[in-house]
Amino acid sequence: MSAVIQANNLNVEYRLNKVWVNAINEVSLTINPLEIHGLVGESGSGKTTLALSLMRYMAGNARIASGEILLDGDDLVRKTEVEMRKIWGRHLNLVPQDPLASLNPSYTIGDQIAEITQLHEGLSRAEAWKRAVEMLASVKIADPEAVARRYPHQLSGGMQQRVTIAMALSTQPRLLVLDEPTTALDVTTQAVILDLFRELIRDNHAAAIYVSHDLGTVAQLCDHVTVLYAGEVMESAPVDDLFAQPLHPYTAGLLASLPRPTQNVETRLYAIKGVAPSLTERPKGCVFAPRCPLATQKCFDEKPALENTGTGRTVKCHYWRDIAAGKLSVQAESQETTINAAPREGYVLNARDINKRFGERSILQRITGREGDYVHAVDNISIRIRERSTLGLVGESGSGKTTLARCIVALDAADSGEIELGGIQISNKLEERTKDTLKNLPMVFQNPNDTLNPYQTVGQALERPLRTLSGEPMSREQIRQRVAELLQAVRLTPEYSNRYPSELSGGEKQRIAIARAFAADPALVVADEPTSSLDVSVQAVILNLLKDLRAEKGASYLLISHDLDVVSYLADWIAVMYLGEIVEEGDTQDVYNAPSHPYTEALISAIPVPDPSQKQGHIRLEGEIPSARHIPSGCRFHTRCPRKIGKICEEQAPPWRDAGDGHSIRCHIPIDELIALQTTQPFNNPLSAQE
Amino acid sequence: MLQYIVRRILLLFVTMLLTSIIVFALTQFIPGDIARLLLGREASEQALENFRDQFGLNDPLPQQYINWLTGFVTGDWGTSFSSGNPAVRPLVLERLGNSLRLTLMTLIISIPLSIVLGIIAALRENTWVDSAISLISLSVVGLPEFVTGLVLINVFALQLGWFPATALVSSDHQLGDWLRILFLPAVTATLVLLGYVSRMTRAGVIDELKKPYVRTAVLKGLPRRQVIFKHVLRNALLPTITVIALSVGWLIGGLVVIENVFNYSGLGALLVESVKQKNIPLLQAVVMITIFFYALANLIADVLYAVLNPRIRLT
Ligand code: SF4
Ligand code: SF4
Repeated sequence: MSAVIQANNLNVEYRLNKVWVNAINEVSLTINPLEIHGLVGESGSGKTTLALSLMRYMAGNARIASGEILLDGDDLVRKTEVEMRKIWGRHLNLVPQDPLASLNPSYTIGDQIAEITQLHEGLSRAEAWKRAVEMLASVKIADPEAVARRYPHQLSGGMQQRVTIAMALSTQPRLLVLDEPTTALDVTTQAVILDLFRELIRDNHAAAIYVSHDLGTVAQLCDHVTVLYAGEVMESAPVDDLFAQPLHPYTAGLLASLPRPTQNVETRLYAIKGVAPSLTERPKGCVFAPRCPLATQKCFDEKPALENTGTGRTVKCHYWRDIAAGKLSVQAESQETTINAAPREGYVLNARDINKRFGERSILQRITGREGDYVHAVDNISIRIRERSTLGLVGESGSGKTTLARCIVALDAADSGEIELGGIQISNKLEERTKDTLKNLPMVFQNPNDTLNPYQTVGQALERPLRTLSGEPMSREQIRQRVAELLQAVRLTPEYSNRYPSELSGGEKQRIAIARAFAADPALVVADEPTSSLDVSVQAVILNLLKDLRAEKGASYLLISHDLDVVSYLADWIAVMYLGEIVEEGDTQDVYNAPSHPYTEALISAIPVPDPSQKQGHIRLEGEIPSARHIPSGCRFHTRCPRKIGKICEEQAPPWRDAGDGHSIRCHIPIDELIALQTTQPFNNPLSAQE
Repeated sequence: MLQYIVRRILLLFVTMLLTSIIVFALTQFIPGDIARLLLGREASEQALENFRDQFGLNDPLPQQYINWLTGFVTGDWGTSFSSGNPAVRPLVLERLGNSLRLTLMTLIISIPLSIVLGIIAALRENTWVDSAISLISLSVVGLPEFVTGLVLINVFALQLGWFPATALVSSDHQLGDWLRILFLPAVTATLVLLGYVSRMTRAGVIDELKKPYVRTAVLKGLPRRQVIFKHVLRNALLPTITVIALSVGWLIGGLVVIENVFNYSGLGALLVESVKQKNIPLLQAVVMITIFFYALANLIADVLYAVLNPRIRLT
């Protein structure tokens, strides 16, 4: 079998401050027909640079310094840009990360797809348009004629991504480059798109490079995986082998740092220490040595070679033989357990009947007395959180989970409802909350950059809440002491107090944000997707930290995440939200196992398990979450529910059903039947997209 | 979309109504007794009284305002205070015609020129070409119009004799005559606009070039020409439209200096005259017309922007 694309000793350089620095170092790889080749690594690993370089697409300040890229034997490195134009769009196509920004806002979908076949196959406009419609149909878009006439912004994220896929496939390319194509999508949509990739790549006899930081999707989609670190190949192996037995300490570390629902909740997540090196200060020996738990002096002095291990895999580590033989392991450390303090009896938070609507009535609607275009983001929700416990709130984007959290910390004022903190009722409005309430109820956001003032040192950022929120006045010395303690609590040294946010990595910033939340001994910390902008190795650090702090400080969390695995690692109790309502709640283990609400079942089924031997669930949701402007009648989930039982679902709101131990499910299907359905017939739903 | 246009037109009317109130109110603050001021110290009490009667200055203010506004809307723009009491309307309309001609001429020269320069600068970002374009266009913006105007007159009219030094308007001008007399004033105005419009275009193109859809277009294998003209410019020129529209208002009513330097009888010059003479009906009419065209240019720009931008047209 001859390779579709083969890179030999590829070196790519970037021009930074007038010097060329190496970004891709001596990379060789081969991709065979029909193969989906995963390129995995954390941010800064060079995975996207490598993928685009393989297409011979260089950013303005980048160049290929040496090496060759053979496309069906033809060296792309030696081609001029003009020559590449015959290959781009025809044999080498890209499915980008951000579909909306990657489509021209001013042209219709049909025009943008038709452009390619007009160019490469000389089709007339009408023929090309016809082909575009066929392509849209082939990516399972329900009404392709209508979609072709629309503009990118009129489509949902999932639909936009289908469009870019249709575009990339319209010339039957030899190689598709998929650059983190599902990062911006909900897990339910992601599952559908991944299915689509598998099918289309097979049907088109193409090969693909799948660039991702998400080991779960890689395990589910790819045939072969290459792990990159600091622009070098650390390990490359068939997917089953790689996940079954990683031979490189970095791969092993990445896998061990993932939270998994099956693991013992008391196990600490493995955290890779330190941060990735910058391009300009590449370590002399093994690039991973400064962070490797197995590093020896030899590792620092001598660069390991990329060795063939004999089974179609390569690895770059001095000690892979010992690792393969089980004599060395990075996991030893991860067996440590956390102090898993049990929740206390009382409730720290008790929120009842919270309502929040957005939008207003237009003048016309006001005059005619009609209802406005309200978005009912949170519809009469009640939640309770026990002291020293974690409530996990999950749901797709648009489910209202973030709005609920914002109502609790009063960043949005709830329209109605009562919130009790520590048994005392507090106001729904921020300006009416007392200092004491504010100090007891801080929030940690998804992106720490939004909350840290770039002109304040870490010390100043931490002092402010100490000064303004703590009851008694503190001396300079006391404050310094407290800042040091806080930094210590988030596992940073006191020297950090003199640094500015720009000098910190993403994970360090998020640790500072957490330290600040804990500055005044809060009762409840609200964390909205606290790890979703971070790499997995850093995520592990943050999750461990949150767990430790809960035990040490006795705080509780309201944790919001789209990632069920993250939630299940931290949460004792889970509430699942759909279109402004809670549809299921219960103990974490109970929610994970049957009986589940059909929506929860679908969410769990869509999780890409980071283990290729364990295939993803089969339930796929049709379409995407409806707009909260037009909430479906009866059960809100009936438009997408794979287990819908009939008219009753469309007409009547379902009752709460008790599954024991406080585990309740809002569905027309009785508990016994749910258990029977979910244990005997995993639902097989043909994928489709009707929106 | 239609709703949007209708709403914009209604807004235009509201704007004009408010403008009329402000213009009327402001002209009330002109210090001194207008009648005395205009008729001179020797005028008899009787003559003053007659004058006030004639121009309705004795009516209560709201009454005066309503009379003025209804007159204005129905086409009776009043009579000028100046000698002979000529009707204001024909005078203003004639000047407006002149101003529109100059505006048109300026736009014909400046839009293609500044857009092309902006695009070239953007495509050659941070090279000497870009720096040269920036330097030249910014330095001419910095120069006052009377300086550039006088230099142009000196070189092209006095030295080379290609164009007339003054832009005197006459009723029997043919197209060729118009082009000849408008050329130098229009170039002077262009030099002022050039900096703004080309910088705006440059910024727009540079912004768009960074967007991922450009990469998509390149990776389709499209020739560079098509990437730039079809994909980038379509989006990059949208903000430029707004800048141009704003400048139209200035061209119609604000070319005071240029009109003076070239002795051109446009609206700007008329505005100055009316202020000097404290010729209130004339002043009001000139200001109203200028603001009307300013608002109209904005409206056209907004509508055009929306029509060309599907993200606004289709939401
Ligand atoms: S060579 Fe040494 S430092 Fe590098 S991965 Fe192997 S054990 Fe770790
Ligand atoms: S009530 Fe009906 S539609 Fe709703 S979740 Fe249950 S089965 Fe599905």
